[in-house]
Amino acid sequence: MGPVERDNGGRESTVSQTLRLFDAPTPLELRSGATLDEVDVTFETYGRLNPEASNAVFICHALTGDAHAAGWREGDSRPGWWDTMIGPGKPVDTNTWFVVCANILGGCQGTTGPSSTNPRTGEPYGLDFPLLHMADFVTVHRALGHHLGIRRWAAVIGGSLGGMQVLQWALDHPEDMGNAVVLAGSSRLTAQNIAFSAVGRQAIMKDSGFRAGRFLSEGTAPKKGLAVARMMAHITYLSETAFTEKFGRAAQSGELTPNFGVDFAVESYLDHQGEAFQSRFDALSYLYLTRVMDYFDPFAVTGATDALAAGRVKFLVMSFDTDWRFSTEHSRRIVRHLEGARVPTSFREIRSLWGHDSFLLDIPTYHDSIRAFMERIADERSISVSGTR
Amino acid sequence: MSDTLRPDLELIAQLIPQDSRVLDLGCGDGELLRLLIRKGCTGTGVEIEPTQLVAALRAGVDVIDLDLNSQLDEFADDSYDVVILSRTLQNVQKPRDVLEQISRIAVHCVVSMPNFAHWSSRARLVSGRMPITKDLPYPWYDTPNLHYTSLKDLEPLFRSLGLRIDRCIPLNARGEAHILGNVASNMFASSAVYLLHASR
Repeated sequence: MGPVERDNGGRESTVSQTLRLFDAPTPLELRSGATLDEVDVTFETYGRLNPEASNAVFICHALTGDAHAAGWREGDSRPGWWDTMIGPGKPVDTNTWFVVCANILGGCQGTTGPSSTNPRTGEPYGLDFPLLHMADFVTVHRALGHHLGIRRWAAVIGGSLGGMQVLQWALDHPEDMGNAVVLAGSSRLTAQNIAFSAVGRQAIMKDSGFRAGRFLSEGTAPKKGLAVARMMAHITYLSETAFTEKFGRAAQSGELTPNFGVDFAVESYLDHQGEAFQSRFDALSYLYLTRVMDYFDPFAVTGATDALAAGRVKFLVMSFDTDWRFSTEHSRRIVRHLEGARVPTSFREIRSLWGHDSFLLDIPTYHDSIRAFMERIADERSISVSGTR
Repeated sequence: MSDTLRPDLELIAQLIPQDSRVLDLGCGDGELLRLLIRKGCTGTGVEIEPTQLVAALRAGVDVIDLDLNSQLDEFADDSYDVVILSRTLQNVQKPRDVLEQISRIAVHCVVSMPNFAHWSSRARLVSGRMPITKDLPYPWYDTPNLHYTSLKDLEPLFRSLGLRIDRCIPLNARGEAHILGNVASNMFASSAVYLLHASR
């Protein structure tokens, strides 16, 4: 296990694997009661699982993330999306930890989602795919853990939507983990969050290529809508300072030439973000996953923290002071609920110029905290550096 | 992380009943909480200084980053058995507000405070100089301490907030219980630890 090798450049090379975890005899039952007859899950692993299976760490990705969290796949021009965090000698040190990251249900990066083929019709699901709940992501990833022989994760870690999944997982199945790390997350979207989410979906659904969700069968695609959704969302991922630092009012081509096209550098950047997103992300997944976030409100459930309060999961919650998508208040709310339920909880707000996306960046004060927390887990579980290759 | 504990922390730990749930405001690297955890207590530290916070986190203490001056509302009424405020009350902007918050969060609290009226401070003042002592070691222009008090002036504040003094332990400059005990403590104690009890 742990198909991580060093290539000639000293890079950690990885491959994704895909497994069918649910099929017609053992379908996936969703929180809503609906079932899915075929569910594939794409995942990657880094490091080595020790014989006691006590050094496993699960990574929950964000809205548009995928299983490729770290290392280099063949032909990659850049490493996995969290390569700053995960790897040998990094805060989540793969010399110590066996790290698993998997694409979420409803995604479009190898795990079954609304653009997958419906085995009952032979056509892509489209909007016939059932609405999902955060708990459904958890059900699928738990099944992956069981398949890998992992009953208890030393830590489950996630940022943004990934952090929300960590929270759901810990609330529903505290026995599954020793520690939970929620970064730039939320326990409940605000009206402003939902508003941005709604406009993104409208851009997709009002694109003439959307065809009531049957665009794959009809050979069209809501490309313009998806690009606009991405561009707008991307604005919320950065702080005003980040935009100023990166672009200021610079012209894309030397000097400003007033017209309605792309003239400012920031416009070109957003344009590129939108374009690049079309080729890697599915419009239906965007609808389904953002909707899961909108409805997520786990502390509203009566007795939400009862199981967690009786367990021994330790939490680390972190936020970034310039994050205006999920501000520090979102994290403080999580901490209030957890600490109020007497769940062992640590919290730190990190100073950063960069806004929500800070959780993906190599910020020393941020990484120091994660490193300290992971070292402490290794101490508490008496895990030595056993995974050294 | 050293094996020898600061004597004043040892003394504070002795005041806390076994198995208490403790909130340590200004917990530093978590030294006191680690001692209390070994005694069967559970608890949370609060620390805003980044290096200290990370040290506490690394040492296995659950620690929350917040500002004592403005964010104690994050803790619910009676959510702890004991709140500890060790050598911190002089650093906060409004000691009265912080004490009110503490007595809301727990019935019992332990507060320690340097004594500005120690004889050595008085001697410095008589000579026309601002006091600099082992417990108040900073020059006036560069100090985290916003407030100075004598023990005599501290106690009326506790009383005005309905905080009953269950015990007062005057300390010497090394942080050990002063050999004179409560005799002329306002003159001879370098600091003092108070065990307080909120009247509800």
